[in-house]
Amino acid sequence: MREIVASKITEAVKNLCVNANIDLNKDVLSALNESLKTETSPIGREILRNIIKNAEIARREKLPLCQDTGLACVFVEIGQDVRIIDGTLAEALNEGVSRGYKAGYLRKSVTGDPIARKNTGDNTPAMVHTEIVPGEKIKIQLLAKGGGAENCSAIKMFMPSVSQEEISNFIVQTVETSGPNGCPPLIIGVGIGGSFDQAPLLAKKALLKPIGRRNSNSDTAAWEKELLKRINQTGIGPMGLGGKTTALAVHIEKKPCHISSLPVAVNINCHSHRYKEAII
Amino acid sequence: MQKLKRKNIKTSKGKTVKLSPPLTDKDIAGLKVGDTVLITGTIYCARDSAHKLFGDKPPFPAKGSVIYYASPTPTPPGAIIGSIGPTTSTRMDKYAPDLLKAGVKATIGKGRRSQSVIDAQKKYNAVYLAIPGGTAAALAKNVKKATVIAYPELGPEAVLELEVVNFPTIVTIDAKGNDLFEIGKEKYHEGT
Repeated sequence: MREIVASKITEAVKNLCVNANIDLNKDVLSALNESLKTETSPIGREILRNIIKNAEIARREKLPLCQDTGLACVFVEIGQDVRIIDGTLAEALNEGVSRGYKAGYLRKSVTGDPIARKNTGDNTPAMVHTEIVPGEKIKIQLLAKGGGAENCSAIKMFMPSVSQEEISNFIVQTVETSGPNGCPPLIIGVGIGGSFDQAPLLAKKALLKPIGRRNSNSDTAAWEKELLKRINQTGIGPMGLGGKTTALAVHIEKKPCHISSLPVAVNINCHSHRYKEAII
Repeated sequence: MQKLKRKNIKTSKGKTVKLSPPLTDKDIAGLKVGDTVLITGTIYCARDSAHKLFGDKPPFPAKGSVIYYASPTPTPPGAIIGSIGPTTSTRMDKYAPDLLKAGVKATIGKGRRSQSVIDAQKKYNAVYLAIPGGTAAALAKNVKKATVIAYPELGPEAVLELEVVNFPTIVTIDAKGNDLFEIGKEKYHEGT
């Protein structure tokens, strides 16, 4: 049994919040640079260059990449041989978010009651998903998720008779419906299977995969590639003003489901794909 | 016919125009989709909660004004403002027609506008200007002064008066109702 002090978790989460918001990951930057090789729209090319320039300014001056510094979506894998001492996990995570959003001058974008809509003032609570895994470490993945792209997401409960083509159509249609609103070029997470609650969670987890890493199942990997091609043929383009770069990646995650069901969820993220992880 | 007409509109970059609010009907008449507009002068930031509170009576002179749908990150020590990119304009569609009627000449944001906003732009001679979402750190450089002028209790959603210099925007829906989202997508769409 390994003991981990709760304050260590708080410190790690604080740093993840700040770093995710100012330092765009290399995989996203490479994908943006790569898209400049194929984008033919003059406005689209200028927008891609502006996005890359913005990432340079944000890193150099430690300024948030986007004014929407997001809802803190936290995925925690806790080794079953870990015991957290001097505090609870939930408090440690939320304290980390609160401190990180304060220290990094990040915008507080969370309401308390969703109808009354009063700002909680410190960007808590975090959206936390925990999983118990073998081992004696804690892995924390943080996705700072903007509201615009999140609003473009969708779920559909298909019947098992549906064809793969029809599922593809739903995914592409979700992107078409969102058009410019999700801040393309997008990162698209698709969750297939599970129950009504599990499919969107799978879709969100799919966003955490590095861009360019295909699904380990070759059929699913081919499907990801085909979807990316179709989405980039829609013409939506950077910021929705027309072009060949509508998405940088499509990642699919699958899970077993009921014999009567086939849930499909699409979670959309913007090009400002802010994600970091830490292992304690 | 409509399709053919749209195809004839260039989606290559248009001209670059420098404008200073308050904007006049003449300023607006010269703008076409795809043009770059560099704004120097005063613009006002407002988003969801502020719009809900002020309705068609904004806490600034409406005539010729420019509304930027944005709320910045907190200002770091020694800086003028934090990162300040656009939010999704679609959420303010409910309020925009009344504000255009009241004299607002341009709204700045990202994302689509509804038909009611496009119709109001045609009726009251106004434009929708877009900025690439997620370029907020770079945009902070174009802001020279920021003042909270209403609803400080809304925190990040308070109404701000900004003094900007060469604030870069793209004409995305012009006063004739041409919509660059539709035109651009049609031009680059492949397959069926």
